[in-house]
Amino acid sequence: MADTAITVEGARKTYGGKRAAPALDGLGLEVARGTVHGVLGPNGAGKTTLVRILATLLRPDGGRIEVAGHDVLTEARAVRRRIGLLGQHAALDEELGGRQNLELFGRLHRLGARHARVRADELLERFDLTGTGRKPVRAYSGGMRRRLDLAASLITDPEVLFLDEPTTGLDPRGRAEVWASVRSLVGGGTTVLLTTQYLEEADQLAERVSVVDHGRVVADGTPDDLKTLTGGDRIDIVLRDAGHLGAAVALLPLPAAAISVDADRRLISARVTDRMAALSGVVHALEASGIEAADIALRRPTLDEVFLHLTGGDHRTDRTEEAV
Amino acid sequence: MSGYAHALTDSWTMTRRELAHWARQPGQVLVALVFPVMLLLMFGYLIGGGRGVRGDYVDYLVPGMLALTMAFGLEGTMLAVTRDLDKGVIDRFRSLPMANGAVLVGRSAADMLQSAAALALMTGTALALGWRPHGGLGAYAGAAGLLLLFRFAMLWIGIHLALVAGKPEMVQAVQILVWPVGFLSNAFAAPDSMPDWLATVVRWNPLSRTATAVRHLLGGPGGEQGHVWAAVAWPLALLAVFFPLAVRRFARPRH
Repeated sequence: MADTAITVEGARKTYGGKRAAPALDGLGLEVARGTVHGVLGPNGAGKTTLVRILATLLRPDGGRIEVAGHDVLTEARAVRRRIGLLGQHAALDEELGGRQNLELFGRLHRLGARHARVRADELLERFDLTGTGRKPVRAYSGGMRRRLDLAASLITDPEVLFLDEPTTGLDPRGRAEVWASVRSLVGGGTTVLLTTQYLEEADQLAERVSVVDHGRVVADGTPDDLKTLTGGDRIDIVLRDAGHLGAAVALLPLPAAAISVDADRRLISARVTDRMAALSGVVHALEASGIEAADIALRRPTLDEVFLHLTGGDHRTDRTEEAV
Repeated sequence: MSGYAHALTDSWTMTRRELAHWARQPGQVLVALVFPVMLLLMFGYLIGGGRGVRGDYVDYLVPGMLALTMAFGLEGTMLAVTRDLDKGVIDRFRSLPMANGAVLVGRSAADMLQSAAALALMTGTALALGWRPHGGLGAYAGAAGLLLLFRFAMLWIGIHLALVAGKPEMVQAVQILVWPVGFLSNAFAAPDSMPDWLATVVRWNPLSRTATAVRHLLGGPGGEQGHVWAAVAWPLALLAVFFPLAVRRFARPRH
Protein backbone atom coordinates (compact mmCIF):
# COMPACT_ATOMS: atom_id res chain seq x y z
CA MET A 1 0.00 0.00 0.00
CA ALA A 2 2.82 2.39 0.87
CA ASP A 3 3.90 2.36 -2.74
CA THR A 4 0.55 3.47 -4.04
CA ALA A 5 -0.11 7.21 -4.09
CA ILE A 6 -3.56 7.12 -5.68
CA THR A 7 -6.13 4.34 -5.56
CA VAL A 8 -9.42 4.62 -7.40
CA GLU A 9 -11.81 1.67 -7.37
CA GLY A 10 -15.21 1.70 -9.03
CA ALA A 11 -15.58 5.49 -8.96
CA ARG A 12 -19.07 6.64 -9.97
CA LYS A 13 -20.44 10.10 -10.56
CA THR A 14 -23.53 11.28 -12.36
CA TYR A 15 -24.46 14.93 -12.75
CA GLY A 16 -28.09 15.86 -12.72
CA GLY A 17 -30.92 13.35 -12.93
CA LYS A 18 -30.72 9.58 -12.81
CA ARG A 19 -31.28 9.30 -16.52
CA ALA A 20 -28.23 11.42 -17.36
CA ALA A 21 -25.20 9.56 -18.70
CA PRO A 22 -22.69 8.99 -15.90
CA ALA A 23 -19.51 11.12 -15.97
CA LEU A 24 -17.65 8.33 -14.16
CA ASP A 25 -18.92 4.82 -14.65
CA GLY A 26 -16.95 2.52 -12.39
CA LEU A 27 -13.57 4.03 -13.20
CA GLY A 28 -10.54 2.41 -11.58
CA LEU A 29 -6.82 3.12 -11.59
CA GLU A 30 -3.78 2.90 -9.39
CA VAL A 31 -0.79 5.23 -9.40
CA ALA A 32 2.55 4.23 -7.94
CA ARG A 33 4.32 6.72 -5.67
CA GLY A 34 6.80 9.00 -7.40
CA THR A 35 5.55 8.34 -10.93
CA VAL A 36 3.73 10.36 -13.56
CA HIS A 37 0.44 8.82 -14.58
CA GLY A 38 -1.34 10.08 -17.66
CA VAL A 39 -5.12 10.04 -18.02
CA LEU A 40 -5.81 10.28 -21.72
CA GLY A 41 -9.19 10.89 -23.25
CA PRO A 42 -11.32 13.18 -25.37
CA ASN A 43 -13.50 16.02 -24.06
CA GLY A 44 -16.30 14.70 -21.91
CA ALA A 45 -14.58 11.40 -21.10
CA GLY A 46 -14.62 12.14 -17.36
CA LYS A 47 -11.05 13.36 -16.87
CA THR A 48 -11.89 16.62 -15.10
CA THR A 49 -14.54 14.92 -12.96
CA LEU A 50 -11.91 12.42 -11.83
CA VAL A 51 -9.42 15.17 -10.93
CA ARG A 52 -12.04 17.19 -9.06
CA ILE A 53 -13.02 14.15 -7.02
CA LEU A 54 -9.39 13.34 -6.25
CA ALA A 55 -8.81 16.96 -5.17
CA THR A 56 -11.88 16.81 -2.82
CA LEU A 57 -13.74 19.43 -4.85
CA LEU A 58 -16.45 17.04 -5.89
CA ARG A 59 -18.21 14.26 -4.04
CA PRO A 60 -18.29 10.88 -5.81
CA ASP A 61 -21.55 8.91 -5.88
CA GLY A 62 -19.69 5.71 -5.12
CA GLY A 63 -16.39 3.89 -5.12
CA ARG A 64 -13.26 3.82 -2.99
CA ILE A 65 -10.92 6.73 -3.62
CA GLU A 66 -7.71 7.29 -1.70
CA VAL A 67 -5.01 9.90 -2.18
CA ALA A 68 -1.69 9.67 -0.32
CA GLY A 69 -3.25 6.98 1.89
CA HIS A 70 -6.31 9.03 2.89
CA ASP A 71 -9.93 8.68 1.86
CA VAL A 72 -11.15 11.73 -0.09
CA LEU A 73 -14.55 11.66 1.60
CA THR A 74 -13.79 10.91 5.24
CA GLU A 75 -10.31 12.47 5.45
CA ALA A 76 -10.64 15.41 3.06
CA ARG A 77 -8.53 17.72 5.24
CA ALA A 78 -5.67 15.21 5.36
CA VAL A 79 -5.84 14.84 1.58
CA ARG A 80 -5.82 18.63 1.10
CA ARG A 81 -2.64 18.93 3.14
CA ARG A 82 -0.85 16.58 0.74
CA ILE A 83 -2.01 17.66 -2.69
CA GLY A 84 -1.50 20.40 -5.22
CA LEU A 85 -3.95 21.17 -7.99
CA LEU A 86 -3.47 22.81 -11.35
CA GLY A 87 -6.91 23.00 -12.92
CA GLN A 88 -7.92 23.94 -16.44
CA HIS A 89 -8.64 27.50 -15.40
CA ALA A 90 -6.13 29.55 -13.42
CA ALA A 91 -6.98 29.19 -9.73
CA LEU A 92 -5.54 32.59 -8.81
CA ASP A 93 -6.79 35.86 -7.40
CA GLU A 94 -6.80 37.95 -10.56
CA GLU A 95 -6.84 41.30 -8.74
CA LEU A 96 -3.71 40.61 -6.71
CA GLY A 97 -0.09 40.36 -7.84
CA GLY A 98 1.96 37.19 -8.10
CA ARG A 99 3.69 37.56 -4.76
CA GLN A 100 0.43 38.46 -3.01
CA ASN A 101 -1.17 35.32 -4.42
CA LEU A 102 1.62 33.03 -3.29
CA GLU A 103 1.74 34.62 0.17
CA LEU A 104 -2.03 34.29 0.51
CA PHE A 105 -2.01 30.60 -0.36
CA GLY A 106 1.08 30.04 1.81
CA ARG A 107 -0.68 31.53 4.82
CA LEU A 108 -3.75 29.40 4.15
CA HIS A 109 -1.43 26.40 4.05
CA ARG A 110 -0.51 27.54 7.59
CA LEU A 111 3.11 28.27 6.77
CA GLY A 112 3.06 31.37 8.96
CA ALA A 113 3.62 34.91 7.69
CA ARG A 114 7.42 34.81 7.53
CA HIS A 115 7.74 31.36 6.01
CA ALA A 116 4.99 32.18 3.49
CA ARG A 117 6.99 35.23 2.36
CA VAL A 118 10.21 33.25 2.00
CA ARG A 119 8.42 30.50 0.09
CA ALA A 120 6.79 33.04 -2.25
CA ASP A 121 10.24 34.43 -3.05
CA GLU A 122 11.63 30.98 -3.79
CA LEU A 123 8.78 30.10 -6.10
CA LEU A 124 8.84 33.43 -7.95
CA GLU A 125 12.53 32.86 -8.55
CA ARG A 126 12.07 29.27 -9.64
CA PHE A 127 9.29 30.04 -12.10
CA ASP A 128 10.99 33.13 -13.47
CA LEU A 129 8.34 35.54 -12.20
CA THR A 130 10.51 37.86 -10.09
CA GLY A 131 10.06 40.80 -12.45
CA THR A 132 6.28 40.94 -12.21
CA GLY A 133 6.21 43.33 -9.25
CA ARG A 134 2.74 44.44 -8.22
CA LYS A 135 1.16 43.81 -11.61
CA PRO A 136 -2.23 42.11 -11.09
CA VAL A 137 -2.53 38.58 -12.42
CA ARG A 138 -5.27 39.55 -14.87
CA ALA A 139 -2.60 41.51 -16.79
CA TYR A 140 -0.34 38.43 -17.07
CA SER A 141 0.22 36.53 -20.31
CA GLY A 142 -1.19 32.99 -20.58
CA GLY A 143 2.21 31.40 -19.98
CA MET A 144 2.99 33.57 -16.93
CA ARG A 145 -0.40 32.83 -15.45
CA ARG A 146 0.13 29.11 -15.91
CA ARG A 147 3.56 29.31 -14.27
CA LEU A 148 2.18 31.22 -11.30
CA ASP A 149 -0.69 28.75 -11.05
CA LEU A 150 1.79 25.88 -11.02
CA ALA A 151 3.89 27.70 -8.40
CA ALA A 152 0.74 28.10 -6.27
CA SER A 153 0.10 24.35 -6.48
CA LEU A 154 3.61 23.64 -5.25
CA ILE A 155 3.68 25.83 -2.15
CA THR A 156 4.01 22.92 0.24
CA ASP A 157 5.89 20.50 -2.02
CA PRO A 158 2.81 18.29 -2.30
CA GLU A 159 3.08 14.50 -2.23
CA VAL A 160 0.58 14.28 -5.06
CA LEU A 161 0.05 16.85 -7.79
CA PHE A 162 -2.96 16.90 -10.10
CA LEU A 163 -2.56 18.57 -13.47
CA ASP A 164 -5.79 18.89 -15.43
CA GLU A 165 -4.89 19.48 -19.08
CA PRO A 166 -1.94 21.62 -18.03
CA THR A 167 -0.94 22.69 -21.54
CA THR A 168 -4.33 23.25 -23.16
CA GLY A 169 -4.35 26.72 -24.70
CA LEU A 170 -0.61 27.28 -24.35
CA ASP A 171 1.71 28.05 -27.24
CA PRO A 172 4.57 25.60 -27.95
CA ARG A 173 6.97 27.53 -25.72
CA GLY A 174 4.54 27.56 -22.81
CA ARG A 175 3.96 23.86 -23.34
CA ALA A 176 7.68 23.11 -23.23
CA GLU A 177 8.01 25.14 -20.02
CA VAL A 178 5.25 23.18 -18.31
CA TRP A 179 6.73 19.88 -19.47
CA ALA A 180 10.14 20.85 -18.09
CA SER A 181 8.58 21.79 -14.73
CA VAL A 182 6.73 18.49 -14.50
CA ARG A 183 9.90 16.53 -15.22
CA SER A 184 11.86 18.39 -12.55
CA LEU A 185 9.09 17.74 -10.03
CA VAL A 186 9.15 14.02 -10.51
CA GLY A 187 12.88 14.12 -9.89
CA GLY A 188 11.92 15.42 -6.45
CA GLY A 189 9.67 12.44 -5.71
CA THR A 190 6.26 14.00 -6.33
CA THR A 191 3.54 11.76 -7.73
CA VAL A 192 1.81 13.41 -10.67
CA LEU A 193 -1.56 12.59 -12.19
CA LEU A 194 -1.92 14.40 -15.46
CA THR A 195 -4.92 14.52 -17.77
CA THR A 196 -4.45 15.29 -21.42
CA GLN A 197 -6.08 15.04 -24.81
CA TYR A 198 -2.72 14.64 -26.51
CA LEU A 199 -1.13 11.27 -26.97
CA GLU A 200 2.18 13.06 -27.50
CA GLU A 201 1.97 14.74 -24.10
CA ALA A 202 1.26 11.46 -22.33
CA ASP A 203 4.11 9.92 -24.31
CA GLN A 204 6.50 12.72 -23.29
CA LEU A 205 5.71 12.77 -19.58
CA ALA A 206 3.92 9.73 -18.30
CA GLU A 207 5.31 6.36 -17.34
CA ARG A 208 1.87 4.83 -17.40
CA VAL A 209 -1.29 5.90 -19.15
CA SER A 210 -4.96 5.14 -18.56
CA VAL A 211 -7.09 5.75 -21.61
CA VAL A 212 -10.51 6.94 -20.46
CA ASP A 213 -13.75 7.01 -22.37
CA HIS A 214 -17.35 7.41 -21.19
CA GLY A 215 -16.16 7.42 -17.58
CA ARG A 216 -14.33 4.11 -17.78
CA VAL A 217 -10.73 3.07 -18.32
CA VAL A 218 -10.64 1.38 -21.72
CA ALA A 219 -6.91 0.68 -21.80
CA ASP A 220 -4.03 0.87 -19.38
CA GLY A 221 -0.29 0.56 -19.83
CA THR A 222 2.94 2.28 -20.77
CA PRO A 223 2.83 4.64 -23.75
CA ASP A 224 4.74 2.01 -25.73
CA ASP A 225 2.14 -0.62 -24.85
CA LEU A 226 -0.57 1.66 -26.17
CA LYS A 227 1.24 2.39 -29.38
CA THR A 228 1.82 -1.30 -29.99
CA LEU A 229 -1.84 -1.86 -29.26
CA THR A 230 -2.87 0.65 -31.88
CA GLY A 231 -0.43 -0.66 -34.45
CA GLY A 232 2.36 1.85 -34.00
CA ASP A 233 3.31 4.60 -36.43
CA ARG A 234 1.63 5.54 -39.66
CA ILE A 235 2.77 6.76 -43.01
CA ASP A 236 0.64 9.28 -44.94
CA ILE A 237 1.14 9.73 -48.68
CA VAL A 238 -0.68 12.52 -50.49
CA LEU A 239 -0.63 12.22 -54.31
CA ARG A 240 -0.78 15.08 -56.82
CA ASP A 241 -3.36 13.29 -58.89
CA ALA A 242 -6.28 11.38 -57.39
CA GLY A 243 -6.41 9.30 -60.57
CA HIS A 244 -3.22 7.52 -59.53
CA LEU A 245 -4.54 6.35 -56.16
CA GLY A 246 -5.45 2.84 -57.36
CA ALA A 247 -2.15 2.31 -59.16
CA ALA A 248 -0.17 3.60 -56.19
CA VAL A 249 -1.89 1.31 -53.72
CA ALA A 250 -1.10 -1.65 -55.93
CA LEU A 251 2.61 -0.96 -56.23
CA LEU A 252 3.49 0.39 -52.76
CA PRO A 253 5.50 -2.06 -50.64
CA LEU A 254 2.93 -1.96 -47.81
CA PRO A 255 0.65 -4.79 -46.61
CA ALA A 256 -2.74 -4.28 -48.24
CA ALA A 257 -4.61 -4.89 -44.98
CA ALA A 258 -2.89 -1.93 -43.30
CA ILE A 259 -3.78 0.56 -46.03
CA SER A 260 -6.70 2.99 -46.03
CA VAL A 261 -7.48 5.43 -48.84
CA ASP A 262 -9.16 8.83 -48.64
CA ALA A 263 -9.92 9.88 -52.21
CA ASP A 264 -11.10 13.39 -51.33
CA ARG A 265 -7.78 14.23 -49.78
CA ARG A 266 -5.80 12.11 -52.34
CA LEU A 267 -4.42 10.37 -49.24
CA ILE A 268 -3.08 6.87 -48.74
CA SER A 269 -2.49 6.03 -45.09
CA ALA A 270 -0.97 2.88 -43.64
CA ARG A 271 0.21 1.46 -40.33
CA VAL A 272 3.90 0.62 -40.37
CA THR A 273 6.12 -1.30 -38.00
CA ASP A 274 9.53 -0.18 -39.26
CA ARG A 275 9.31 3.56 -39.91
CA MET A 276 12.49 4.07 -41.92
CA ALA A 277 12.14 0.96 -44.06
CA ALA A 278 8.58 1.92 -44.92
CA LEU A 279 9.60 5.48 -45.84
CA SER A 280 12.45 4.53 -48.15
CA GLY A 281 10.36 1.72 -49.69
CA VAL A 282 7.54 4.14 -50.50
CA VAL A 283 9.89 6.80 -51.90
CA HIS A 284 11.64 4.28 -54.16
CA ALA A 285 8.42 2.71 -55.38
CA LEU A 286 6.91 6.09 -56.29
CA GLU A 287 10.09 7.25 -58.04
CA ALA A 288 10.30 4.06 -60.07
CA SER A 289 6.66 4.34 -61.19
CA GLY A 290 6.73 8.07 -61.92
CA ILE A 291 3.66 8.76 -59.70
CA GLU A 292 4.10 12.18 -58.11
CA ALA A 293 3.56 12.65 -54.38
CA ALA A 294 2.62 16.06 -52.92
CA ASP A 295 3.59 15.00 -49.42
CA ILE A 296 4.93 12.00 -47.55
CA ALA A 297 4.94 11.98 -43.74
CA LEU A 298 5.57 9.61 -40.88
CA ARG A 299 3.52 10.21 -37.77
CA ARG A 300 2.39 8.72 -34.52
CA PRO A 301 -1.19 7.54 -34.21
CA THR A 302 -3.54 10.34 -33.18
CA LEU A 303 -5.85 10.09 -30.22
CA ASP A 304 -8.72 9.50 -32.62
CA GLU A 305 -6.93 6.50 -34.07
CA VAL A 306 -6.15 5.17 -30.61
CA PHE A 307 -9.81 5.38 -29.78
CA LEU A 308 -10.90 3.97 -33.06
CA HIS A 309 -8.74 1.03 -32.27
CA LEU A 310 -9.57 0.62 -28.59
CA THR A 311 -13.29 1.18 -28.82
CA GLY A 312 -13.77 -0.13 -32.32
CA GLY A 313 -16.16 2.65 -33.24
CA ASP A 314 -16.15 6.09 -34.74
CA HIS A 315 -15.64 8.26 -31.75
CA ARG A 316 -16.46 11.62 -33.25
CA THR A 317 -19.89 10.51 -34.44
CA ASP A 318 -20.60 9.16 -31.00
CA ARG A 319 -19.86 12.51 -29.37
CA THR A 320 -21.97 14.47 -31.80
CA GLU A 321 -24.98 12.34 -31.04
CA GLU A 322 -24.41 12.87 -27.36
CA ALA A 323 -24.19 16.63 -27.77
CA VAL A 324 -27.49 16.68 -29.63
CA MET B 1 -2.78 25.78 17.43
CA SER B 2 -6.31 24.60 18.04
CA GLY B 3 -8.89 24.34 15.28
CA TYR B 4 -10.59 27.46 16.59
CA ALA B 5 -7.38 29.51 16.45
CA HIS B 6 -6.72 28.18 12.94
CA ALA B 7 -10.20 29.23 11.85
CA LEU B 8 -9.56 32.73 13.20
CA THR B 9 -6.17 32.98 11.48
CA ASP B 10 -7.62 31.81 8.17
CA SER B 11 -10.54 34.23 8.47
CA TRP B 12 -8.14 37.10 9.15
CA THR B 13 -6.05 36.06 6.14
CA MET B 14 -9.18 36.13 3.98
CA THR B 15 -10.21 39.51 5.41
CA ARG B 16 -6.80 40.87 4.50
CA ARG B 17 -7.31 39.58 0.99
CA GLU B 18 -10.42 41.75 0.70
CA LEU B 19 -8.55 44.74 2.11
CA ALA B 20 -5.80 44.16 -0.46
CA HIS B 21 -8.49 44.28 -3.16
CA TRP B 22 -9.62 47.65 -1.81
CA ALA B 23 -6.08 48.96 -1.86
CA ARG B 24 -5.93 48.02 -5.54
CA GLN B 25 -9.35 49.44 -6.44
CA PRO B 26 -9.77 52.54 -4.28
CA GLY B 27 -12.08 54.03 -6.89
CA GLN B 28 -14.66 51.26 -6.55
CA VAL B 29 -14.60 51.53 -2.76
CA LEU B 30 -15.11 55.26 -2.96
CA VAL B 31 -18.06 54.98 -5.34
CA ALA B 32 -19.71 52.45 -3.02
CA LEU B 33 -19.26 54.86 -0.11
CA VAL B 34 -20.39 57.98 -1.93
CA PHE B 35 -23.49 56.49 -3.57
CA PRO B 36 -25.64 56.39 -0.40
CA VAL B 37 -24.50 59.92 0.47
CA MET B 38 -25.78 61.02 -2.93
CA LEU B 39 -29.09 59.29 -2.25
CA LEU B 40 -29.31 61.12 1.05
CA LEU B 41 -28.69 64.48 -0.61
CA MET B 42 -31.12 63.68 -3.38
CA PHE B 43 -33.99 62.74 -1.08
CA GLY B 44 -33.19 65.41 1.47
CA TYR B 45 -32.93 68.35 -0.90
CA LEU B 46 -33.97 67.56 -4.45
CA ILE B 47 -37.10 65.55 -3.78
CA GLY B 48 -37.56 66.85 -0.26
CA GLY B 49 -40.40 66.27 2.19
CA GLY B 50 -41.75 62.77 2.70
CA ARG B 51 -45.44 62.05 2.49
CA GLY B 52 -47.17 61.80 5.83
CA VAL B 53 -44.13 62.76 7.88
CA ARG B 54 -44.88 64.94 10.88
CA GLY B 55 -41.95 66.95 12.17
CA ASP B 56 -38.57 67.71 10.63
CA TYR B 57 -38.04 65.69 7.44
CA VAL B 58 -34.25 65.48 7.76
CA ASP B 59 -34.66 64.01 11.25
CA TYR B 60 -37.00 61.45 9.69
CA LEU B 61 -34.95 60.81 6.59
CA VAL B 62 -31.46 60.30 8.03
CA PRO B 63 -32.26 57.19 10.11
CA GLY B 64 -34.22 55.82 7.16
CA MET B 65 -31.33 56.39 4.77
CA LEU B 66 -28.89 54.78 7.18
CA ALA B 67 -31.08 51.68 7.34
CA LEU B 68 -31.55 51.72 3.56
CA THR B 69 -27.77 51.87 3.05
CA MET B 70 -27.41 48.77 5.21
CA ALA B 71 -30.07 46.97 3.17
CA PHE B 72 -28.50 47.87 -0.16
CA GLY B 73 -25.22 46.44 1.11
CA LEU B 74 -26.75 43.08 0.24
CA GLU B 75 -26.10 43.73 -3.43
CA GLY B 76 -22.41 44.44 -2.92
CA THR B 77 -22.01 41.29 -0.86
CA MET B 78 -23.81 39.21 -3.40
CA LEU B 79 -21.84 40.58 -6.30
CA ALA B 80 -18.51 39.99 -4.55
CA VAL B 81 -19.41 36.41 -3.61
CA THR B 82 -20.67 35.48 -7.07
CA ARG B 83 -17.56 37.00 -8.64
CA ASP B 84 -15.39 34.87 -6.38
CA LEU B 85 -17.39 31.73 -7.08
CA ASP B 86 -17.24 32.32 -10.79
CA LYS B 87 -13.46 32.32 -10.78
CA GLY B 88 -11.03 29.46 -10.56
CA VAL B 89 -9.58 30.80 -7.32
CA ILE B 90 -12.45 29.31 -5.34
CA ASP B 91 -11.24 25.85 -6.39
CA ARG B 92 -7.85 26.68 -4.93
CA PHE B 93 -9.45 27.73 -1.63
CA ARG B 94 -11.57 24.60 -1.52
CA SER B 95 -8.60 22.35 -2.16
CA LEU B 96 -6.54 23.96 0.61
CA PRO B 97 -6.51 22.60 4.18
CA MET B 98 -8.02 25.85 5.45
CA ALA B 99 -11.00 26.35 7.75
CA ASN B 100 -14.24 25.75 5.84
CA GLY B 101 -15.99 29.02 6.57
CA ALA B 102 -12.96 31.32 6.35
CA VAL B 103 -13.81 32.45 2.81
CA LEU B 104 -17.26 33.59 3.97
CA VAL B 105 -16.10 35.03 7.29
CA GLY B 106 -13.41 37.05 5.50
CA ARG B 107 -16.05 38.37 3.13
CA SER B 108 -18.40 39.35 5.95
CA ALA B 109 -15.67 41.00 8.03
CA ALA B 110 -14.61 43.14 5.06
CA ASP B 111 -18.21 44.06 4.25
CA MET B 112 -18.90 45.02 7.85
CA LEU B 113 -15.85 47.29 7.82
CA GLN B 114 -17.09 48.87 4.62
CA SER B 115 -20.55 49.37 6.09
CA ALA B 116 -19.16 50.91 9.27
CA ALA B 117 -17.23 53.36 7.09
CA ALA B 118 -20.37 54.12 5.07
CA LEU B 119 -22.28 54.72 8.31
CA ALA B 120 -19.61 57.14 9.55
CA LEU B 121 -19.52 58.99 6.25
CA MET B 122 -23.31 59.31 6.09
CA THR B 123 -23.47 60.49 9.68
CA GLY B 124 -20.74 63.05 9.02
CA THR B 125 -22.56 64.33 5.94
CA ALA B 126 -25.86 64.56 7.80
CA LEU B 127 -24.21 66.46 10.65
CA ALA B 128 -22.62 68.84 8.18
CA LEU B 129 -26.07 69.45 6.70
CA GLY B 130 -27.39 70.43 10.09
CA TRP B 131 -28.88 67.17 11.32
CA ARG B 132 -28.74 67.12 15.10
CA PRO B 133 -29.52 63.75 16.68
CA HIS B 134 -31.09 63.87 20.11
CA GLY B 135 -29.80 61.62 22.81
CA GLY B 136 -26.13 61.18 23.67
CA LEU B 137 -23.27 59.18 22.37
CA GLY B 138 -24.76 56.09 24.03
CA ALA B 139 -27.92 56.44 21.96
CA TYR B 140 -25.88 56.85 18.78
CA ALA B 141 -23.80 53.78 19.64
CA GLY B 142 -27.02 51.83 20.19
CA ALA B 143 -28.41 53.01 16.88
CA ALA B 144 -25.18 52.14 15.05
CA GLY B 145 -25.31 48.72 16.70
CA LEU B 146 -28.84 48.11 15.43
CA LEU B 147 -27.93 49.28 11.94
CA LEU B 148 -24.85 47.06 11.76
CA LEU B 149 -26.82 44.11 13.12
CA PHE B 150 -29.31 44.66 10.33
CA ARG B 151 -26.44 44.89 7.83
CA PHE B 152 -25.03 41.63 9.20
CA ALA B 153 -28.33 39.87 8.54
CA MET B 154 -28.49 41.35 5.01
CA LEU B 155 -24.92 40.20 4.49
CA TRP B 156 -25.70 36.56 5.16
CA ILE B 157 -28.84 36.71 3.06
CA GLY B 158 -26.61 38.12 0.30
CA ILE B 159 -24.07 35.31 0.71
CA HIS B 160 -26.81 32.70 0.63
CA LEU B 161 -28.47 34.20 -2.45
CA ALA B 162 -25.09 34.41 -4.16
CA LEU B 163 -24.39 30.74 -3.44
CA VAL B 164 -27.81 29.81 -4.77
CA ALA B 165 -27.58 32.05 -7.84
CA GLY B 166 -24.02 31.10 -8.66
CA LYS B 167 -23.36 33.49 -11.55
CA PRO B 168 -22.75 37.26 -11.45
CA GLU B 169 -25.41 37.68 -14.16
CA MET B 170 -28.01 36.44 -11.68
CA VAL B 171 -27.25 39.33 -9.34
CA GLN B 172 -29.15 41.70 -11.61
CA ALA B 173 -32.31 39.70 -11.07
CA VAL B 174 -31.88 40.06 -7.32
CA GLN B 175 -31.10 43.76 -7.63
CA ILE B 176 -34.49 44.23 -9.19
CA LEU B 177 -35.99 42.61 -6.10
CA VAL B 178 -33.86 44.52 -3.59
CA TRP B 179 -35.03 47.94 -4.73
CA PRO B 180 -38.73 47.40 -4.09
CA VAL B 181 -37.88 45.94 -0.67
CA GLY B 182 -35.86 49.08 -0.03
CA PHE B 183 -38.57 51.45 -1.19
CA LEU B 184 -41.51 49.51 0.28
CA SER B 185 -40.31 50.69 3.66
CA ASN B 186 -40.74 53.78 5.78
CA ALA B 187 -37.25 55.05 4.85
CA PHE B 188 -38.62 58.07 2.93
CA ALA B 189 -42.31 58.26 3.69
CA ALA B 190 -44.50 57.45 6.68
CA PRO B 191 -46.85 54.49 6.24
CA ASP B 192 -49.77 56.64 7.53
CA SER B 193 -50.00 58.18 4.08
CA MET B 194 -50.27 54.82 2.32
CA PRO B 195 -53.23 52.55 1.54
CA ASP B 196 -53.85 50.05 4.35
CA TRP B 197 -52.47 46.96 2.62
CA LEU B 198 -49.32 48.79 1.62
CA ALA B 199 -48.89 50.29 5.07
CA THR B 200 -49.04 46.77 6.55
CA VAL B 201 -46.33 45.52 4.19
CA VAL B 202 -44.21 48.58 4.94
CA ARG B 203 -44.61 48.21 8.71
CA TRP B 204 -43.57 44.55 8.64
CA ASN B 205 -40.54 45.20 6.46
CA PRO B 206 -37.49 44.55 8.70
CA LEU B 207 -35.90 47.63 7.19
CA SER B 208 -38.78 49.75 8.60
CA ARG B 209 -38.37 48.19 12.03
CA THR B 210 -34.69 49.12 12.15
CA ALA B 211 -35.39 52.63 10.80
CA THR B 212 -38.15 53.20 13.36
CA ALA B 213 -35.95 51.97 16.20
CA VAL B 214 -33.11 54.25 15.10
CA ARG B 215 -35.56 57.17 14.90
CA HIS B 216 -36.58 56.41 18.45
CA LEU B 217 -32.99 56.34 19.71
CA LEU B 218 -31.92 59.47 17.81
CA GLY B 219 -35.14 61.39 18.38
CA GLY B 220 -36.52 61.63 14.87
CA PRO B 221 -40.25 61.84 14.15
CA GLY B 222 -41.99 58.49 13.84
CA GLY B 223 -39.74 56.71 16.33
CA GLU B 224 -41.29 53.97 18.44
CA GLN B 225 -39.64 52.40 21.44
CA GLY B 226 -41.39 49.10 20.85
CA HIS B 227 -39.56 48.73 17.56
CA VAL B 228 -36.16 48.54 19.22
CA TRP B 229 -36.83 44.95 20.18
CA ALA B 230 -38.17 44.18 16.74
CA ALA B 231 -35.00 45.70 15.28
CA VAL B 232 -33.01 43.23 17.37
CA ALA B 233 -35.29 40.26 16.82
CA TRP B 234 -35.78 40.56 13.04
CA PRO B 235 -32.07 40.44 12.09
CA LEU B 236 -31.42 37.66 14.60
CA ALA B 237 -34.28 35.63 13.14
CA LEU B 238 -32.98 36.21 9.60
CA LEU B 239 -29.49 35.23 10.71
CA ALA B 240 -30.80 32.09 12.38
CA VAL B 241 -32.17 31.03 9.01
CA PHE B 242 -29.62 32.28 6.50
CA PHE B 243 -26.32 31.87 8.35
CA PRO B 244 -26.56 28.06 8.65
CA LEU B 245 -28.04 27.79 5.16
CA ALA B 246 -25.16 29.73 3.64
CA VAL B 247 -22.46 27.89 5.57
CA ARG B 248 -23.96 24.51 4.69
CA ARG B 249 -24.33 25.44 1.08
CA PHE B 250 -20.74 26.63 0.86
CA ALA B 251 -19.25 23.61 2.64
CA ARG B 252 -21.09 21.19 0.38
CA PRO B 253 -19.01 20.34 -2.67
CA ARG B 254 -20.86 21.49 -5.73
CA HIS B 255 -22.98 18.93 -7.60
